[in-house]
Amino acid sequence: MEHAFSLFIRSIFADNMVFAFFLGMCSFLAVSKNVKTSLGLGAAVTFVLLITLPINYLLQKYILSPMELNYLSFILFIAVIAAIVQLVEMIVEKYSPSLYASLGIFLPLIAVNCAIMGGSLFMQQRILLEPENVKAITSFGDSVIYALGSGIGWLIAICCLAAIREKMEYNDVPKPLQGLGITFIEVGLMALAFMCFSGLNI
Amino acid sequence: MALSQKTKETLLGPLNTNNPIVVQVLGICSALAVTVQLKPALVMSISVTIIVALANVIVSLIRNTIPMRIRIIVQLVVVAALVTLVSEVLKAFAYDVAMQLSVYIGLIITNCILMGRLEAFAMTNKVWDSFLDGLGNGLGYSIILVVVAFVRELFGSGTLFGIRIIPESWYVANGGFYENCGLMVMPAMALILVACVIWFHRSINKESK
Repeated sequence: MEHAFSLFIRSIFADNMVFAFFLGMCSFLAVSKNVKTSLGLGAAVTFVLLITLPINYLLQKYILSPMELNYLSFILFIAVIAAIVQLVEMIVEKYSPSLYASLGIFLPLIAVNCAIMGGSLFMQQRILLEPENVKAITSFGDSVIYALGSGIGWLIAICCLAAIREKMEYNDVPKPLQGLGITFIEVGLMALAFMCFSGLNI
Repeated sequence: MALSQKTKETLLGPLNTNNPIVVQVLGICSALAVTVQLKPALVMSISVTIIVALANVIVSLIRNTIPMRIRIIVQLVVVAALVTLVSEVLKAFAYDVAMQLSVYIGLIITNCILMGRLEAFAMTNKVWDSFLDGLGNGLGYSIILVVVAFVRELFGSGTLFGIRIIPESWYVANGGFYENCGLMVMPAMALILVACVIWFHRSINKESK
């Protein structure tokens, strides 16, 4: 229980997908223009992580590593992710057309979001760690918690950036820095702030 | 062989005016994460360039047979197969660099440059053009990576390719006056350096934006 809690908090703050590993940066920068869509995308990423990561955990633990097929992991993981995203898209379209309309274009793009694939690849590394290590993922429950924590971390990051960008609309930024340039600096400063959490030990 | 104007544009455009990182904003994730030192950055650039060029060629060859609805999955499988090959080769011949790059080799699969170029170029163009486009974009990506890694390694640890540039005797520990800029090694600095590159690039290419 203690381990699970520690893993959860660490994956939100200290091992934040965006600020510690730069994962999911492309959609992070492209979509964070306003808080509402960011929230939708963040929720969708969390949801997809929550489904794909435990599935990939089971694949890795019971199929890939006993049969020594580790070199197939890239293809298998990405196939699972692409298939699940397609499935989620179809289900959402059928049962909640309003949510589908608001997420619309972002849903298929989640398949190529590095945060999803990155989560699975980190999980693959962390299975090998000692169970005492705070980062270790040793059970199915751990993989669910890691997925949830990483997703929430990503959601917090994108919402914060969107809020800052909404405020920045009215500021006078030097011309060549406008848009992309200043956004990078904002993310850099946020990453500096998030570094404070890296000493966090529970 | 003389290059025609269009070919030249396809190959050299991405190096400057249409750079994948600073103009198209693609492939940021790996660009930031692997630039602490020059060596992994260079290995990463070479891998990405090869994979983009080959993936472009393969997708361009089969572009007329891919059904529209599942094209993303087909593209992903092509890319994943290439990345697996590159990853196995790196593990065999450059094990320490492969360990340093860890998950970021696998993440080439979800590198937006690949999907972006496949969707925007290879799906609608001939094989040779696609090859040049892939090569150009890979090199454009490499330039930024090498520039950022150069600055970060030089100021962050005083070395280039692991060879000491700033003499040991300059350091405070040895009675000198110099100290490494620890901030350069932190992830945050990569973002700010890329911002500076964008700033520089936009101020000299005013007409493009």
